[in-house]
Amino acid sequence: MSVNLTLLIVMGALYACGIYLILERSLTRVLLGLMLLANATNLLILATGGYAGLAPFYSKETAAEDYNDPLPQALILTSIVISFAVTAFMLGIIYRTWVLARRDEIQDDLEDLRVAETPSFDAEDDAEIPAETSEFPVTVPAGGREIPAEDAVQEEKPGSTNVDPRPEGGGK
Amino acid sequence: MNIASFAPLAVVLPILGAALTFLLIRHSRAQRAVSIGLLSLTLLLECLLLASVWDGGTAAVTIGGWLPPWGIVMVVDQFSSLMLVVSSAVSLAVLVYATGQGMADGDQDAPVSIFHPTYLILVAGVSNAFLSGDLFNLYVGFEILLTASYVLMTLGGTGPRIRAGVTYVVVSVVSSVLFLISIAMVYGATGTVNMADLAIKLGELDQGTKTLLHVMLLVAFGIKAAVFPLSFWLPDSYPTAPAPVTAVFAGLLTKVGVYAMVRTETLLFPGDTLNTPLMVAALLTMVVGILGALAQSDIKRLLSFTLVSHIGYMVFGLAMSSTAGLGAAVFYVAHHITIQTSLFLVTGLIERRGGSSSVDRLGGLAKLSPLLALLFFIPAMNLAGIPPFSGFLGKVGLMQAGIELGTPLAYALVIGGVVTSLLTLLAIARVWNRAFWRRPADAEHPDPVLLATPAARVAGPGAKRNSATLLPRTMVGSTLGLVVLGVALTVFAGPLFRVSDQAAYDMLNRSSYIRAVLGEDTVVPMILTAGGGK
Repeated sequence: MSVNLTLLIVMGALYACGIYLILERSLTRVLLGLMLLANATNLLILATGGYAGLAPFYSKETAAEDYNDPLPQALILTSIVISFAVTAFMLGIIYRTWVLARRDEIQDDLEDLRVAETPSFDAEDDAEIPAETSEFPVTVPAGGREIPAEDAVQEEKPGSTNVDPRPEGGGK
Repeated sequence: MNIASFAPLAVVLPILGAALTFLLIRHSRAQRAVSIGLLSLTLLLECLLLASVWDGGTAAVTIGGWLPPWGIVMVVDQFSSLMLVVSSAVSLAVLVYATGQGMADGDQDAPVSIFHPTYLILVAGVSNAFLSGDLFNLYVGFEILLTASYVLMTLGGTGPRIRAGVTYVVVSVVSSVLFLISIAMVYGATGTVNMADLAIKLGELDQGTKTLLHVMLLVAFGIKAAVFPLSFWLPDSYPTAPAPVTAVFAGLLTKVGVYAMVRTETLLFPGDTLNTPLMVAALLTMVVGILGALAQSDIKRLLSFTLVSHIGYMVFGLAMSSTAGLGAAVFYVAHHITIQTSLFLVTGLIERRGGSSSVDRLGGLAKLSPLLALLFFIPAMNLAGIPPFSGFLGKVGLMQAGIELGTPLAYALVIGGVVTSLLTLLAIARVWNRAFWRRPADAEHPDPVLLATPAARVAGPGAKRNSATLLPRTMVGSTLGLVVLGVALTVFAGPLFRVSDQAAYDMLNRSSYIRAVLGEDTVVPMILTAGGGK
């Protein structure tokens, strides 16, 4: 199978530029990169069809090996249509990004950043569970400090000064 | 006349429905009737297909009378018909849920009116991918479903959705380009794109070329299936989409990637050349995915990470290339489509009822809506693999196959699978404890409606936000239907395992597929395995 060297070099150049462009943060460049990649792939499919021969069903006398392979061209046609649809959609998205953010850039995911910044310590999960040696707790937490259990009964009564006025768990 | 000849209708009916609903774009009632009716019809047809394939074996339909290997063929075997039935059942439930949501919120007009046509095209693309017996037609199926998914992902065009949509579109297009490059290479090497023909001709290539093509196809499908080093796009893009859309994506789209990987591994490149790297990828997918889930506080993001993690189980089953392993993987795919979709639907309900999908804001939902708690609890336990649910059965099948295989790597995977299952339970239990069990006041940033006293809920300013208006009957009903389907997979696990084992046996054996496409007298080449064979 012979292949066209010029086409192959063009294909390589398109792939290189396409990969360079999709790594950019600007959406328009990413789109251009995707278009170059799609076209480079079309050239690759064309190359798999072999040398340029006669059109299929050119005439009845043509020998089988003189025909061009039509299948890759059908494949290219389909892939052109698909990349056309995707390009149109991407343009719509880019326009929408511009309308919303006035920026032609890929935005960061806020939730991602928030999770990344979350410390590994979790107040609820990592709270220290006090080791209980007696069935009756000797001290109980109240308002940020520990008090003897017998005093806690007094704390519950109205008018106590030790009760935390904030709602439970709501203090931030 | 054989029912299998009607297989292309599984693609044609949804596309017809898409065209009709597009015409009826101003009549939402008719639109709903057409889309639900045609999807039910498709599901019925696919059930008949499954029955006919179960009795009559693999069948191939040539489109337009062009004979294989030149023309396009659609092949119905046990695996593809099972996938068709499960995927259509799930997408029907999600469609009912979505119409319920649309009716409840009163958004009768544009732009949500494009939901129905786009959704039906997505279903057509999924069916086409499952049915196609031709590598390029598989690519077209992928593109149909992806293009529809781009639209659904960015429905409404809000800021977060556009941001997530950009990542999703770019990653999907790059994976499609890789797939197309692999098709071109395959065509250059063999001169055919028909899968049955390729199964014979790829075997005649030398080992280097074969491995190159194999790796390229697996990378392309690996991106779509979200296998570990290629999975980072998924938790980034899925959670922002509307609840029913995320649910159907989570259930179906990655599984189409898994389906394509199964076909590549069993039909095109049988043997065990790449089993070791696949097993390593499966292990990393399971463990890294679930560790990501533990860090999340948003339920949708957490579920997206568990989705990635559980893809690892399917790849594990596939990488064993034994009947037991592959059969368990097929079972696991069917189980996971149902369960993952129902969990995302329930999360949509939680978001409506509790005002948020973040566990920092939720609390006390079990008391507020016991039905919601039940709907979450059953699929959640199922996902974590608690006996007797189907998740447990699927995992046990995989573990058994792994121990049967007996290599050190298989044992590592069995251990990794158990650890992942336990970590899934931990992640799910944290959601359960926070969103359902604790008092609303204990939440870090509680929602005012959750804090309201029962009396205020009846008469106060938030009186309209009660279970009856926030949880419409259609949405709860469709979720309940899907949860019941998940439980049915447990009850009928025996017959389902028989179907999946038979499907796995047929796929590994290859001859029924190849003979169905290329004719009864085709000589099917022996499978050469590097490591001694099975």
